[in-house]
Amino acid sequence: MELLKQTLWVLWKDLLLELRRRESILAMFFFGTLLLFVFHFAFEIPAEKAAEMAPGLLWLAFLFTGTLGLTQLFQAERENHCLDALLLSPMDRASLYLAKVFFNLFLMLLIELVVFPLFWVLFNLAFWNLLPSLFLVAFLGTIGFCVLGTLFSAVTLKARARELLLPLILFPLMIPVILATVRGMEIILRTGKFEEAFSWLRLLIGFDVIFFTVGFLIFEWVIEA
Amino acid sequence: MAGTMQKRGRGRRVTGILALAFILVGLYFALIEAPPDAYQGEVQRIMYVHIPSILTAYLSFFIVFIGSCLFLWKREKRDDILARSAAEIGVLFTSLTIIEGSIWGKPTWGVWWTWDARLTLTAILLLIFVGYLMLRSLIEDENRGAVCSAVVGVIGFLDIPLIHMSVYWWRTLHQPPSILRPDKLPWENVHPSMLIALAVNFAAFILLYFYLLSLRFRVGEMEEEVKTLKLYGGAS
Repeated sequence: MELLKQTLWVLWKDLLLELRRRESILAMFFFGTLLLFVFHFAFEIPAEKAAEMAPGLLWLAFLFTGTLGLTQLFQAERENHCLDALLLSPMDRASLYLAKVFFNLFLMLLIELVVFPLFWVLFNLAFWNLLPSLFLVAFLGTIGFCVLGTLFSAVTLKARARELLLPLILFPLMIPVILATVRGMEIILRTGKFEEAFSWLRLLIGFDVIFFTVGFLIFEWVIEA
Repeated sequence: MAGTMQKRGRGRRVTGILALAFILVGLYFALIEAPPDAYQGEVQRIMYVHIPSILTAYLSFFIVFIGSCLFLWKREKRDDILARSAAEIGVLFTSLTIIEGSIWGKPTWGVWWTWDARLTLTAILLLIFVGYLMLRSLIEDENRGAVCSAVVGVIGFLDIPLIHMSVYWWRTLHQPPSILRPDKLPWENVHPSMLIALAVNFAAFILLYFYLLSLRFRVGEMEEEVKTLKLYGGAS
């Protein structure tokens, strides 16, 4: 219970900061939208191919915007030695991890809520009715991205060239998530049935659970080192 | 201290000489003694180094995992040096495997590279541990670098089954099992001298691996010694 309360406090601090500054959310939102335009110019996607390419392109956009968010995740703590102050406080380190995971998850879900329909509008896609189940797949993938991404955001916190290093380490480890979300979404779009994608969803949930547990346990060592 | 160092140095030299001997015998068996493959011809001989090198690479990443776990648990510099040494040699052997595979793939499959599950998995492994080594070189604080790379070592290893599963499903859900399966060796009608060649080469690679690992480990230890000497001006 104490853990949850501490998590909420740190999360509240981050949300308040974001609300006042609006740095990450605006940058991520515009970058995500911009990517959709770049995709259009790069591929000039015809309407009949758009559904086929949608999962890959959407997930690429989320991956890039998510990485943008992750590099900023501990920015507030980097300035003025705030991290030391936070670590000095009698707080469970796991609650810091939880708060950061939730914060990044919140940002990415907000972006996804906008980018998904925008993709449908920009590329003239039909089947709006599949959108909720596609969103659910993306949600599970985003959890996986955030639990591992937050840990590696802390790992690269004090490295040189950390913005470059983060995706370099994170993306190879994210392959199962990328594959499972893209294939899962593709199967749903192709068959129109949510049940068909179950095997991929199970893999996603497995990934989320394993790396949430690992991140939760290991984060303390990383942030204190 | 000096006695154990000497003993270890002798052990290392013996391993090195044994490795060299096994490599020479292995080469003889692989290139001369074993008959050419009935279907693939002479090209198949590359398998005698290809299979041992990937198995050695897997062993190496397992040692990275063990070293990383031990370091996170007990915080002894020794385990960190072990993990780092194993990671470097693992990257070397994985790269070798991919290069050998390409040389074999071009005449056999007609392409240098194909998105087969096993090939993809190997390439991802290489990327993960290249990331591990990069992280290592980009963190200035010694202790922090060791902890952070140990975390990557542990997570990278835990991720392998998931990556394996996902790339396998990705390739098998969409196309039926094809001829592109480098792992399928017809064991039942393999010539005995082929098996001997493979076994000797495997032993040679393992010996070579431990020789390189102990050399690299010693270099790591010496780096530490130099650092301590610099810090205390030779007083310790």
